[in-house]
Amino acid sequence: MSKRILEDSQTATEIVRAGLKRRYRAEKRFRIFGIAAIVISLLFLVILFADILGKGLPAFRQTHIRLSVFFDPDELSPGTLDSADFHGIVKKSCRTLFPEVAGRRRKKALYKLVSAGAPYEIRKMVVRNPSLIGTVKELWLPADDELDMLMKGAISRDPDGRFNVDQLAWIERLEDEGRLRKQFNFTFFTAGDSRDPELAGILGALSGTILTLLITLLLSFPIGVATAVYLEEFAKENRWSDFLEVNINNLAAVPSIIFGLLGLGVFINLFGLPRSAPLVGGLVLTLMTLPTIIIAGRAALKAVPPSIREAALGIGASPMQTVIHHVLPLAMPGMLTGTIIGMARALGETAPLLMIGMVAFIVDIPRSFSAPSTALPVQIYLWADSPERAFTEKTSAAIIVLLIFLICMNASAVYLRKKFERRW
Amino acid sequence: MKRKLLMLAAVVMMMFPAVMCQAAARDYVSIVGSSTIYPFATVVAEQFGKSTKYKTPKIESTGSGGGLKLFASGIGVQHPDITNASRRIKKSEYEKCQKNGVKEVLEIKIGYDGIVVANSKKAPRLKLTRRDLFLALAQEVPNPKGGETLIENPYKTWKDVNPDLPAIKIRVLGPPPTSGTRDAFVELAMQGGAKTFSWLAALKKNDKNKFKAIAHTIREDGAYVEAGENDNLIVQKLEADRDSLGIFGFSFLDQNTDKVQGSWVDGVEPTFDNIAEGKYPVSRALYFYVKKAHIDVIPGMRGYLVEFTSEKAFGEEGYLGDRGLIPMPKAERNKYRKVAVELAPSLSAADFQ
Repeated sequence: MSKRILEDSQTATEIVRAGLKRRYRAEKRFRIFGIAAIVISLLFLVILFADILGKGLPAFRQTHIRLSVFFDPDELSPGTLDSADFHGIVKKSCRTLFPEVAGRRRKKALYKLVSAGAPYEIRKMVVRNPSLIGTVKELWLPADDELDMLMKGAISRDPDGRFNVDQLAWIERLEDEGRLRKQFNFTFFTAGDSRDPELAGILGALSGTILTLLITLLLSFPIGVATAVYLEEFAKENRWSDFLEVNINNLAAVPSIIFGLLGLGVFINLFGLPRSAPLVGGLVLTLMTLPTIIIAGRAALKAVPPSIREAALGIGASPMQTVIHHVLPLAMPGMLTGTIIGMARALGETAPLLMIGMVAFIVDIPRSFSAPSTALPVQIYLWADSPERAFTEKTSAAIIVLLIFLICMNASAVYLRKKFERRW
Repeated sequence: MKRKLLMLAAVVMMMFPAVMCQAAARDYVSIVGSSTIYPFATVVAEQFGKSTKYKTPKIESTGSGGGLKLFASGIGVQHPDITNASRRIKKSEYEKCQKNGVKEVLEIKIGYDGIVVANSKKAPRLKLTRRDLFLALAQEVPNPKGGETLIENPYKTWKDVNPDLPAIKIRVLGPPPTSGTRDAFVELAMQGGAKTFSWLAALKKNDKNKFKAIAHTIREDGAYVEAGENDNLIVQKLEADRDSLGIFGFSFLDQNTDKVQGSWVDGVEPTFDNIAEGKYPVSRALYFYVKKAHIDVIPGMRGYLVEFTSEKAFGEEGYLGDRGLIPMPKAERNKYRKVAVELAPSLSAADFQ
């Protein structure tokens, strides 16, 4: 009898042992799957970043041409600067550099090497410093976007391609004389949009985004927090509050274009607010981010231990004092996180802005809430759709700026949370 | 508490009219419309903004139909002043303008745009006809065995369509149905190809809708790939896949002549000169429409019209030509410049007869 039991238990251990191996293997496999998933997603992230950085970083440097510019006193006099022919001055500088170029066609090909923005740059200099008139100065002026692409290797030096044999010879001579160089692209950070890639900048879109998000933050944070506090701390549980809760959860999942349509119908058509303005953009994005903030806010309030409330009420604080002095400060880090997540989503949104006219070509940098403006993601979309080759790198550069903006926002959220966080 | 809340409500209520008053004055020109004209109009706007004291006009790319809808919605600063259209205004749209108080509308033609069928420069250049394009891309084509019946498009390679073409699989990247380029391509190329079948041409006279359904429906079995509105993307894809063809506006071909080449259509090469002379069959006129009532109310409108119709912009050697716009003949340019300067004549119902 006892022998039987012994034998039985021996087989049992064998079974367990055999099974154990299998279980260890399964365990190992499971971990490998997890690691593989992380590696794959990291790999995609690396590819994405490498692609964007590889394409976008060259845009921060821009090719310039050194020309000796003669500020001709016959053309320029301090009183008539508005009507002065600055294009002619640039053309003359090109001709002094290549005096042998003759014929209308060839001259035109030569002028093409210099950016269309060069005359305006000279004009700015003269307006700032009229004493330049009558002098000759060696100036670094922006080169045309195609020449810039050639210098960066994006366009080949094939005489059948974008440049003809003449132009390639001139470019070679300019290079030999040290008249071409790449320098930091200040224009990209100080200008608004332009149809000439070498003159296009991100500042217009960036300030549009900042103005829009400011409105969104100023409206959605107080409203969201107030709603969350009321629903969580004061509202009685009944059919109404259930109904509200279901609706808020649903709104968080509504596609953003719907909010754009709502904004068009209510803010623009009904209230008559201006189209393409950060004010309307901010209002629309507020509607979009509110549910996110309310849901995150309620979760943060729920996480505050009930003992805190009971203690406050127990020593005689009113319900309002309990919430404002004790519960809200403890829930604030969570609420801030929710707000930043909502704002980050609003930052990347183009669909609702399409409906309210913020997808537009706007050169002037917006300075008020009702001035026409675009936003960063819209600018990326518009540049990606432009025929000029040089906008490809500008698109990636704008994406880099957007990502940096996003990282800054998230970093500030992490900092605030760490600063105010309380643990039990 | 209650009093504070009331005050807050009052402040909020007061803010809205204040904001609305701000909207009452607009000191920049507001332009909407076609994405085809967007690259041209933006250049003019920028030039205008830089060289005058006026603000740079704001330009939204809404598509021709969307632009005309906004344009026709009424008079007043909240409505756009100008709309760009890559086709002529329709009678129904004009009537809508009239109904909403937009009585006087100026029509200004700015030039032509060609639609090209291009492929990678590494591949041989194709010599297509409109008939080839129709047969290769329509959902249903006339039975090749003869008779006046339609069958599901059986063609797999270009050689099947036309023995003179190479045996390359039919794969065409083109714009989606929302695009004006697609509308124009279907109307000019596909319809033109369909008309080369005599019985289909007869059908056009008898049953226009049925003919349109045949000529305008593009096959959905993978031979035509909707590549989105982004023409740059099509160019990039063509470079990667030398067997594909792409459909886009001439300006994109013009900017990428080192990467792609335009196929011949009906024996004509898509070049600047051929489109300007009207020889290239797949080309269309581009317009913009102006609300006369807004001129002198919105600052800078006159100047913008003059800049757009100046010889240095839409002329033979103008800067819009550098961007791929095909200029009109001199007489036509003078005609529309006169409209822009004299602000007359406005469109009338007689223009739609």
